[in-house]
Amino acid sequence: MIYAGIDIGSNTAKAALIKNNKLFGTHVISTGYNPLKAGIKVFKEVLEKIDILKRNVTAIVSTGYGRATVDFADKTMTEIICHGTGAHFMNSKVRGVIDIGGQDSKAILLDKNGNIENFAMNDKCAAGTGRFLEVMAHALEVNLDQLGDFANKADSPSKISSICTVFAESEVISMIAAQHKRENIIAGIHESAAARIAILAAKVKIKEPVIMTGGVAKNKAMIAALKKRLGCEITAGKLSQENGAIGAAVLASRL
Amino acid sequence: MQDKSSDKSAEKRKIKSAKIMREIMTTYYLDALTAGQNSKQVAWITSGGPVEPLVAMDIIPVYPENHSAMIGASKMGEDLCSKAEDMGYSSDLCSYARADISCSIVKGGPLGGLPKPDMLICCNNICGTVLKWYEIQARLYKVPLFILDTPVCHTQYSPEIAKYVQAQVKEYIIFLEKITKRDFDYDRMVKVGKLAVEAQKLWKKILNTTANKPSPMSAFDAFFFLALIVTLRGTQTAVDFYTKLLEEMEQRIKEDISIIPDEKYRLLWDNLPLWYQLKWLSNKFSDHNACLVADTYTTAWCSALNYTDENDFLNSIAQAYTRIYLNIGIDQMADQVLDMIKFYDVDGFIMHSNRSCKPYSFGQMDIMKIVQEKAKIPVLMIEADMVDPRSFSQSQVETRIDAFMEIIKQRSN
Repeated sequence: MIYAGIDIGSNTAKAALIKNNKLFGTHVISTGYNPLKAGIKVFKEVLEKIDILKRNVTAIVSTGYGRATVDFADKTMTEIICHGTGAHFMNSKVRGVIDIGGQDSKAILLDKNGNIENFAMNDKCAAGTGRFLEVMAHALEVNLDQLGDFANKADSPSKISSICTVFAESEVISMIAAQHKRENIIAGIHESAAARIAILAAKVKIKEPVIMTGGVAKNKAMIAALKKRLGCEITAGKLSQENGAIGAAVLASRL
Repeated sequence: MQDKSSDKSAEKRKIKSAKIMREIMTTYYLDALTAGQNSKQVAWITSGGPVEPLVAMDIIPVYPENHSAMIGASKMGEDLCSKAEDMGYSSDLCSYARADISCSIVKGGPLGGLPKPDMLICCNNICGTVLKWYEIQARLYKVPLFILDTPVCHTQYSPEIAKYVQAQVKEYIIFLEKITKRDFDYDRMVKVGKLAVEAQKLWKKILNTTANKPSPMSAFDAFFFLALIVTLRGTQTAVDFYTKLLEEMEQRIKEDISIIPDEKYRLLWDNLPLWYQLKWLSNKFSDHNACLVADTYTTAWCSALNYTDENDFLNSIAQAYTRIYLNIGIDQMADQVLDMIKFYDVDGFIMHSNRSCKPYSFGQMDIMKIVQEKAKIPVLMIEADMVDPRSFSQSQVETRIDAFMEIIKQRSN
């Protein structure tokens, strides 16, 4: 039996398939303007990728901000349970999950069976979310996926004191004007985001082993900043971005 | 097995007393709006203020906070709040205050503004904002303002606090005599006091009916039916209405009529409601088969019953009004929450971190920790505002509620 999970995030749409309780395939595209179209496309492409037909998929669970728009899903579930389930599926020892998404960042505490024990999400503001990093990358004229490389070259990270993304951006602009090294500013941005995430992790009393999921997990400097802040080991798998979709597929198999 | 209650029509589920309540509230506001023509005086009073002496003196009490809640429920909050901001008030100021202050100038809102007050009665047992808010209104309407200062009982109601507040209650009576140019009617006060206690006892019983499974009403209904215990406390009207409402609830329990079709999960709510999103929130929970069975907010209008002496009402005012939910220490608040969790047997606790209401929202983190530790139930905190929808993000709140319900469902399996 094949099950599918579709995760429509604010930036990217992800699909995952599982067969006989094993990961069968994944796919990522950008969401664009129309989340429903993105859902259809990512699902179609993942099926094409491993050459199976839609009718062979027994059940679909959708998640992410656009979850409700995926009208062909059998059920919608939140990113929290999907990321928790996905993380447990990939590594059953995991107790802590940190997910930095486009609009939301979250810390999830799992029990030994992979059930959600507690979770905390960012408050209404964008501080500590993927959007924060995007805004800063834009202000510094750096591609989002290069942020980590820049941060790794810093010698003395700048101190960003504003919490608010808008104020932090003007703070960064004044640092640019004061000719701070771009690498240092970027490292400061990572530390600032890590400080926000650390609050969420503390709220749920996160336990090790901790893994990081979501698109931002590809950024090694972010993981390093989080490790430093939380004082614990944090790893990220190759499929961190697809983790929510994987969890959704696992949950589809339990429907 | 098909739940018996799910067969019952939505019509049967509706609470019949709601219609009567609407009529009573319409009459009340009409009386208040035409007070001048009937040579009656109007006093504006804070929601936690001692209203009974006003009723005893035949003064019509009007509640700007109740009015602001109506503004919120009519989805007129954003417009009036931003008008107050245009006048120079900070967007960080309480949205009840902003809505009321601008409404006084522009005569907006569902009623076209409240009747002009002859006096203002401000009790700071609910917050400190009311002090400045009422000073602003006293200047605008050029009317006398009475302030009843009730110190926070962090750990206890000390003899010093008692003496201090009791002295002010005496001043309150003198203030009323001066404004009305009439002697205070102590005999009437005894009757009004008894009626106020009776209404509060009935209110408590009504709220307690939701301990029944399934619950005959929800906190969303309590938010609505609350209006009378706030505005008409001390009148026969309130006692008669709540007697009927209690009967209706008891009948619903007998007939197994639940407020939501298929109650599986029971939740407790903290802080004021989101007046402009009541329907959305109530549907949201109902879709999860969850019923908000109780809340800390509507309970506040009967939580001081222990300190009220119906045979010596006037002398017990000081203590009863000083020891209300928002004017006590965090530990005591947490104890009340824990008692409610037990009494109503809830599966989860939702805290509304209310941008407007600082005294209600400050300390929520501590209460959250205490509840998680002692009651071991999931707690969710959502950020919003009671009247200003600009501080509310539907998709963010939706994800958090959905995730919270997933945890509750996972735990119950």
